[in-house]
Amino acid sequence: MNAKRPWYGTVLMYTALALFLVFLGFPLVWLLSASFKSSQELNSLAVNLIPAQWDLSNYSSALDRQNLIPAAGNSLLVSVVTMIVTVLLSMPMAYALARLRGRLRAAGTVWILTSQVFPSILIIIPLFLLLRTIQLNDTLLGLILVYVTFTMPFTLWMLQGYVAAIPVELEEAAEMDGASRFIILRRVVLPLLAPGLVATAMFTFVSAWNEFFLALVLLQSPELYTLPIALRSFLGAEGQTQLGPLAAGAVLATIPSLIIFGILQKKLTGGMLAGAVKG
Amino acid sequence: MSTVTQKQPTMRTSRKHPVGARTRAQRKEAIALVIPALLPIVVFSLIPLVSGVAIGFTNATLKRNADISFNGLDNYIDLAGNHRFWGSFGIGLVWAASVALLTLVCAMCLALLLNSNLRLKGLTRVLALIPWAMPPVVIAIVWRMIYNPNSGPLNGMLGWFGLPGVNWLGDFSTALPAVIVVGVWSGIPQTTVLLLAGMQSIPSEQHEAAAVDGAGVFRRFWHVTLPALRPVIFAVTALDFIWQFNSFGLIYVLTEGGPGGQTMIPPLFTYLEAFRNREIGAASAMGNVLVIAILIILSLYLINQFRQNKGVRA
Repeated sequence: MNAKRPWYGTVLMYTALALFLVFLGFPLVWLLSASFKSSQELNSLAVNLIPAQWDLSNYSSALDRQNLIPAAGNSLLVSVVTMIVTVLLSMPMAYALARLRGRLRAAGTVWILTSQVFPSILIIIPLFLLLRTIQLNDTLLGLILVYVTFTMPFTLWMLQGYVAAIPVELEEAAEMDGASRFIILRRVVLPLLAPGLVATAMFTFVSAWNEFFLALVLLQSPELYTLPIALRSFLGAEGQTQLGPLAAGAVLATIPSLIIFGILQKKLTGGMLAGAVKG
Repeated sequence: MSTVTQKQPTMRTSRKHPVGARTRAQRKEAIALVIPALLPIVVFSLIPLVSGVAIGFTNATLKRNADISFNGLDNYIDLAGNHRFWGSFGIGLVWAASVALLTLVCAMCLALLLNSNLRLKGLTRVLALIPWAMPPVVIAIVWRMIYNPNSGPLNGMLGWFGLPGVNWLGDFSTALPAVIVVGVWSGIPQTTVLLLAGMQSIPSEQHEAAAVDGAGVFRRFWHVTLPALRPVIFAVTALDFIWQFNSFGLIYVLTEGGPGGQTMIPPLFTYLEAFRNREIGAASAMGNVLVIAILIILSLYLINQFRQNKGVRA
């Protein structure tokens, strides 16, 4: 827009932007600075954004906690397997949703939507009983199974958006040339889908990495805890919490998701709206 | 996001095929494509969901060797008189509606700012995305530090003005608002991104034409941006509401529903009923009631939206 803005408009806008910057940014800065503060400074009411003296011991003592590194390992394992399995399983169906006719598409969309409405308690109770019967409760495998099904609605939705964005003429041309459906999928669709596939995979990874509720219900043994559960058990009773190591652990737990979001910045918008806008 | 529009390209599938061998082959193909995803969905999602609804009509518990039998509407009769449940339901509505609306307002302002040529836009854009990437548990930990009555910066700042500290998450009157602020903080990124994408898909000619006609910033927002964004706004608010109503981790780690149940939203309430009191029949019944309540609220919203759309067109 090239219309001239009156000066007070500019002032107003920058004030609003500054307020947003503070509101959104302050908690992040606070967490980061708390992770470098000594426990003495942390337990005072001083509002120092920059630690009086930099103290790295929070990080080492967070890592020394016996359950944080194994928990990170559990989280990594669960998230990577969930990501791979979910994407592999949803790719064909996403293609079908985007390209095939009629009732299937409608049913798929309805299911994707309803899966959002149902409170997770209605699913988690029977799942808990089911996993208990097949002796997969309190195992990482059981958690992965549940994650795969829970992330699939979103994965399917994102992926079918990317498929729909691939011009169908390309496939028709290959079909004319006598290529089988399998060849078309491998040689035509897959290469064009690759960027969308990567974005979807990363998003699935982040959802599994960040997930809390299902892990809380399904995992009982401390040695199986994922990172969010381990961090939460850090909190303990009020007053006994060691804020410094907790902040350090929280920072470390955020880094993987943050890196992925950094890479995805642009893609995220595109993928989520691809299904909706491109048509 | 999914409700925004369903304008998928119709593709070849809309063309008439000769009925017969080809259609049958296509059907087989479709089945082969769908099975790998459908199987886990049916086993781990659809069947559990149906049995979850059914468990809501039994007296099931998690206790070993308990007899499970259908007890008809007993759970619901009990539930009707359960003040704590309805209290929790009310808190859930307040929580979800306030977070959805406040997020919408904040995200709309932020998206408008990011959509105009200001400095610091890049920084804001990056900052605005970070809460989205953070695990809810970490968000809750951060805000617990900020709200901490003895060492939090919020009370520290109150101290600058000589004001007494507040026990933000522990006080009956401040706990729910404090938690709502955190919900808004964590909800802004996604909503902003969606609104921004919607704004950027508005053809700039519309704005230019309005500007030529002498419309100021506010009138252009009201008459060009807002109508064009209406479907996005509708979908985003509806989804935000559902997600917040069903959210768990954030409040569980922030307050565990306390103080005195002031922030006990339904997901926490049902979780405690199922896994602490081990009454899974009663908890499922609550789940059933919640689904119906959400569906009623959503359809009212939907109907209202359609009416407004008609009004605009008429």
